Amino acid sequence: MIKNWALLGVALILLSIATFVGRWLKRQTSLGLDERSVNSFNSRVHAWWFSSVVLGIAFFQPNLTVLFFGLLSFWALREFITLTPTSMGDHRALFWVFFFFTPMQFVLVAFDYYAFYSILIPVYAFLFIAARVAISGDYQHFLERVAKIQFGLLVCVYCLSFAPALLFLKCKNMDGDDANARLLFFFVTMVLFAELLQFICGRLFGKHVIAESIDTSRTWEGVLGGVVSTALVGLSLYWATPFPHWWQAGAMSAIIAAMASAGALTLAAIKRDRGEVTTGTLIEGHGGVLSRIDAICFAAPVFYHVTQYFFGVVAS
Amino acid sequence: MITETLLTWIARFISGASVRWVDSHPDTCQRVYFANHTSHLDVVLVWSALPTEVRRLTRPIAAKDYWEGGAIRRHLAKVFNAMLIDRTKIKVHQSPIDLMLREIGDTHSLILFPEGGRTEGGGIGEFKSGLYYLSKKRPELELIPVHINNMNRILPRGEFLPVPLLSSLTFGPPMWLEAGEPKTEFLARAREAVVSLKDR
Repeated sequence: MIKNWALLGVALILLSIATFVGRWLKRQTSLGLDERSVNSFNSRVHAWWFSSVVLGIAFFQPNLTVLFFGLLSFWALREFITLTPTSMGDHRALFWVFFFFTPMQFVLVAFDYYAFYSILIPVYAFLFIAARVAISGDYQHFLERVAKIQFGLLVCVYCLSFAPALLFLKCKNMDGDDANARLLFFFVTMVLFAELLQFICGRLFGKHVIAESIDTSRTWEGVLGGVVSTALVGLSLYWATPFPHWWQAGAMSAIIAAMASAGALTLAAIKRDRGEVTTGTLIEGHGGVLSRIDAICFAAPVFYHVTQYFFGVVAS
Repeated sequence: MITETLLTWIARFISGASVRWVDSHPDTCQRVYFANHTSHLDVVLVWSALPTEVRRLTRPIAAKDYWEGGAIRRHLAKVFNAMLIDRTKIKVHQSPIDLMLREIGDTHSLILFPEGGRTEGGGIGEFKSGLYYLSKKRPELELIPVHINNMNRILPRGEFLPVPLLSSLTFGPPMWLEAGEPKTEFLARAREAVVSLKDR
């Protein structure tokens, strides 16, 4: 119990720091910061405040958390497909994607059918989409169209569903009933921190931009600094995780940070390709739900898998 | 009442519509809302995007042949107080324009789709002349252009199951028929008013 409160306290303090940093950055007009990236940082912090409260519920009601992530997924997929041009022939396939595969994935997660939800989308949904689009008889840009829907489903639904799946992951060193909720909380806090620290390191040491045409503020130094400093924060929190040694918590945090940067960059590339989202009228707010969860989408499945592989209880 | 609330919520959920008023505001004064038409949901969508007190005074114009097909559609048409117009029997001596004007009196507003039918794809077709004759008889009515974006992907022509993507609905500034303005010029101007809202 004391661990729960300690972890919640730490998250609260870290979030407050992030909020103040955001406020401070907004006032610093002399630093010549890119206003867009400061705003995007601030709205990320707001989103994480919100989700921290929701994640608090995970300690009491895991299924409510799964439902929350399910709704998030549904909305993100909506935004993704809205941005992606699809043709008439994809309509029926999309219907099944939205009303069958997305809810089904989260129902299976809630019932902890790992054997099924781990392949529902990469096997059944992917093959179904291709076949259903073929049945529609429209063969123009076939591979391109199928890949767009598959990628949206993979990132927005499959990947994200591994975050609530952490609530049902069985590890060797889990003590008490709340260890799973703490694991999810640890994961989400680390993703937030990876974003924050990467942003700060990028500002302080950033020299070599990774991909100038996609995101001018994302640098190699920022990513590296983010990974290292997130690992430091992570290992100081190792007492809240099921990882037996402090360096393991650090290494896991480093993986989370690296994946979070990769996710944010990838989604930025998609948005660049589709024109500036922020100027469009279809998606409200600063880039919508999708830009809030891009980092978590990439980090969740990898974190889940690595945790399960090294620390999980092998089902006999 | 219950159906109305339910219908509004369902329409908002499926269309994920963000509603914007550009250079105009919701008002209960007598107006004619005219929009581009790409899906069966358009009628419900525009109607449900209006604030409740405006919505109560607004009657969408809908095609009789579609909305009288089946008990559910008939009930829905009644819920949003639709004025059903027979597209097949338009004659000079029983012009639908006179019917519309008679029905709205001096309190109600209208929603109409001047393309006359749903246009395939995302484009906007030529406007039929109804809007012109309506304005000619009642030139003081405010004409509000409405642009519906992305609905053609949510419920395309020929499909009956919607895909819940996001759409947007833009209400533009009012316009009127200028004195002595020729029919084709006015209709082109009205169409242009809808088209230009797309990028506003």
